[in-house]
Amino acid sequence: MDFILKPWPWYVSGPLITLTMLILVLLGKSFGMSSNLRTFCAIGGAGKYADFFKFDWKSQRWNLIVVLGAIIGGFIAVNFLSDGSPIQLNSETVSDLNSLGFENVGASLLPSEIYSWESILTLKGISILTIAGFLVGFGTRYAGGCTSGHAITGLSNLQLPSLIAVIGFFIGGIIMTYFLIPLIF
Amino acid sequence: MKFLKFLFVGIFFGIVLVKSEAVSWYRIFEMFKFQSFHMYGIIGSAVILGALSLWLIRRLNVKSTEGQTIQLPEKEKNYTANIIGGAIFGLGWALAGACPGPMYILLGTGVFSMLIVIAAATLGTFFYGLIKDKLPH
Repeated sequence: MDFILKPWPWYVSGPLITLTMLILVLLGKSFGMSSNLRTFCAIGGAGKYADFFKFDWKSQRWNLIVVLGAIIGGFIAVNFLSDGSPIQLNSETVSDLNSLGFENVGASLLPSEIYSWESILTLKGISILTIAGFLVGFGTRYAGGCTSGHAITGLSNLQLPSLIAVIGFFIGGIIMTYFLIPLIF
Repeated sequence: MKFLKFLFVGIFFGIVLVKSEAVSWYRIFEMFKFQSFHMYGIIGSAVILGALSLWLIRRLNVKSTEGQTIQLPEKEKNYTANIIGGAIFGLGWALAGACPGPMYILLGTGVFSMLIVIAAATLGTFFYGLIKDKLPH
């Protein structure tokens, strides 16, 4: 049981992500988590404002159930399947983050400097999460998919648009990580 | 009852992403700094195995449980949108440290501030829908 409680290595995790995609494919669906954001909009009545949201969202209910499962899975994993091992990050990553003012790097999944209540109850903190979320939601739909739809499913399916989108993900990610995060923190 | 299998797929996915640490902001930062193989190993092995599996599924003409030929959606060839939208997504991904799957999973791990990110992402998608026709694709 001990190996389950420890963090899983990439060569276990990667194939299990493939398995997730394959199960959905064999069930006649496809793996794409950001589609749910469009479904949320449609449920909220966004079809009144743009045709993009006029679709039969009920046909997407299965994906909302996957989301519900993912939430439950997150709960199970941290509460019953983890021993609280810190994340074994590269020591350079840790020192880079320390010099930006991040403490306890890798002690938990997320930095308290961004996600704790003290952080988000400041104008800066709430702006960071709002802007980051907005960019993810806008960008993923503009690009036609996110990590699951483009990077995993699209690349597995040898789709050129997905390769271009993933290159885009890295352009944005590198700009944020190298140039903007040092300005923000 | 027909939805129960999707609930289990989601639970499995949530557990895998937490245990792989792919939901960690730190792992995403480390990936974009090219300081660890971890995330590349996860995505790379998932894609290679995925490509092999999809090839086999086609080769053996495997049917879905609904009895239909498996046909994955062809991604639209909107290269301008792919690259610009992708870069916008990447900016957000690196800052939030979470893409759409991990957002929900992290909510389940008890990070309720993620609700702000999810709400903002929904708003971002809504905004895209509003101005879609004015954007280059």
